[in-house]
Amino acid sequence: MRHILRRREGIEALVVPFAEFLGNPAKWRAYDGPLGVLVGPTDKVEDLARDIARLSLVVVDFPTFNDGRGYSQARILRTRLHFQGELRATGVVKQDHLFFMARCGFDSFELAPGENVEEATRALRRFTVNYQQQRFSAWVTRYP
Amino acid sequence: MYQYDGLDQALVEQRVAEFRDQTRRYLAGQLSEDEFRSLRLRNGLYIQRHAPMFRISIPYGLFSSQQLRKLGEIARKYDRGYAHFTTRTNLQLNWPKLPEVPDILAELASVQMHAIQTSGNSVRNVTADHMAGIAKDEVDDPRPYCEILRQWAALHPEFTYLPRKFKFAVTGSDFDRAASLVHDVALHLKRDAQGNIGFQVFVGGGLGRQPIIAQLIREFLPLPDLLGYCEAILRVYNRYGRRDNINKARIKVLVKALGPERFREEVEKEFEASRASAPVLDAAEVDRVRAFFAPPPYEGDLTETDAAAGRELQFQAWYRYNTREHKIAGYRAVYVALKTHGQNPGDITSEQMKAVADLADRVSFGLIRATHNQNLMLADVRQSDLYEVWQQLRELNLAVPNIGTLTDLIACPGLDLCSLANAETFRVVRQIQARFNDLDYLYDLGNIEIKMSGCMNGCGHHHVGHIGILGVDKHGESWYQLTLGGSVNGHRTALGEVIGPSIPLSEVALTIERIVETYRSIREDGEEFIDTYRRVGIGPFKEGVYASHPAAA
Repeated sequence: MRHILRRREGIEALVVPFAEFLGNPAKWRAYDGPLGVLVGPTDKVEDLARDIARLSLVVVDFPTFNDGRGYSQARILRTRLHFQGELRATGVVKQDHLFFMARCGFDSFELAPGENVEEATRALRRFTVNYQQQRFSAWVTRYP
Repeated sequence: MYQYDGLDQALVEQRVAEFRDQTRRYLAGQLSEDEFRSLRLRNGLYIQRHAPMFRISIPYGLFSSQQLRKLGEIARKYDRGYAHFTTRTNLQLNWPKLPEVPDILAELASVQMHAIQTSGNSVRNVTADHMAGIAKDEVDDPRPYCEILRQWAALHPEFTYLPRKFKFAVTGSDFDRAASLVHDVALHLKRDAQGNIGFQVFVGGGLGRQPIIAQLIREFLPLPDLLGYCEAILRVYNRYGRRDNINKARIKVLVKALGPERFREEVEKEFEASRASAPVLDAAEVDRVRAFFAPPPYEGDLTETDAAAGRELQFQAWYRYNTREHKIAGYRAVYVALKTHGQNPGDITSEQMKAVADLADRVSFGLIRATHNQNLMLADVRQSDLYEVWQQLRELNLAVPNIGTLTDLIACPGLDLCSLANAETFRVVRQIQARFNDLDYLYDLGNIEIKMSGCMNGCGHHHVGHIGILGVDKHGESWYQLTLGGSVNGHRTALGEVIGPSIPLSEVALTIERIVETYRSIREDGEEFIDTYRRVGIGPFKEGVYASHPAAA
């Protein structure tokens, strides 16, 4: 079991792959319980707009150390779809990514095997300043 | 120039601490080679043929005497007493030791410098016209906008892992001096009918394996939308740019695949959809940054004189070739030529760095500029100081009067230092310098831009040289493919055309001589090389190089 570093209270939800969720909308709208969706790097998260309020959790996969698509998906989920639930990064999630992920709206992190939890926690606080939020307006990073 | 406040300083210092920790983890075996590679590159550190190569950012090519002195000290203390200015106005150290790089970064932070995003798949150093703020033909000074873009792009959390590197250039003149259209994004400053500042936006330029000239996607982008629109461009690229093949990952491939019109639609759609959460550049922040680029305290009552009149011929030649007109009467912009014969283009020693810094303090308000042609510039020199400046630069070996001529050439370090290179560049430079060492002959040839790269990645901009030289590997030997007719400065950006089969190292300078002799034999009165080429095409040059000398083929 990989460690999940959280910045909010955890949610137990059934996690359904993106294609399955969108392929069977009636089935999943009728599902009675906390629900999550697993998003891959090529998935168009805008397509979740209609059901976004229904979701408790979105899990975004980072298949490699250098794949940056999940950062854009996170910002769209938070700023355009106004997703309020738990946004979790999974895959190759290392301490070096966390500060950037958090600023794009992730609030839980399923750490890659072998990651040191204490170091990862510290890495989240590595920078106390940033340009985008502090110099240029309209940057949203914290969510309820 | 821009001065750091508490935020800027904290950010670079925390970045140093982060990289120190990453280096420690790597050396302790806690970070894999691949993972550390990605992290060190975005801090400017390459592992090269003989040693690490470390690239220091000089934002839009502007730096202070204090910074240049520090760079000289760093080159002496951590390297072999010299460094290399690049075509993107950065400074490279060729022999630092990996465990010492965090210390170098800390020294840089002490003078408000860094190496953030000088490499890696991130937004790179934003470049500008080296005549910014002093050119007569300027709509506005591009440097405040470069600084704003620098800050916006630095550690941008969404765009830290792009498909590939990403380069911005900003110019304020119609006459392009920033090679802007071979950048991923080129921003040309414009004013609308009401006099408001905005930008013409071009996307998808680049050199390398697939050279392409950037395409216009926005006629006028209002200043407040600058960052929001750039964010839309980068988001479309970050999501849809190719990640399966490093050679097809630049934004130019995406723009080409979609077509500029479709790409433009995607960007506009993204921009509209994200308006509510996009960064807005407010007027107060623009004013804050602009204030740092206010003109220096020029003496207001100087008159324009001919500083060369009555002086010796050598000074007259230097004045003519190595100084440029300034918008303020009584001032000139002075090139510090890093193209002395026997020297690699862009190289400078620690002693020269210190001396140029001292000179800048005395005669040019303590500021220095780096140009994309791998020279330096003292931008604000009184005409009455020029003679003394010339004498000092001459003593420093930085006054060879060849700016704009054939030996003011660009070259990447090539096979001698770079692990990507296929061919040597320095021996070719020496050969060209030796064959074209007669200044009168160079002056007769006029403006000829030679640009040379040691591999198809094109760091030496060979595609856009009037004469381009591309190093190729042929059975383990360095051979060279020549192109003619490329151009990047001024009003026309064009890619060169291959003249014929590649040639061995020993024949490069000789072949260039055949090319320029062909030009001399067919040029019309006062016609520059590039204009002759555009008039007659490549045919006569092919003839001149190959037909009469079948051995070369």
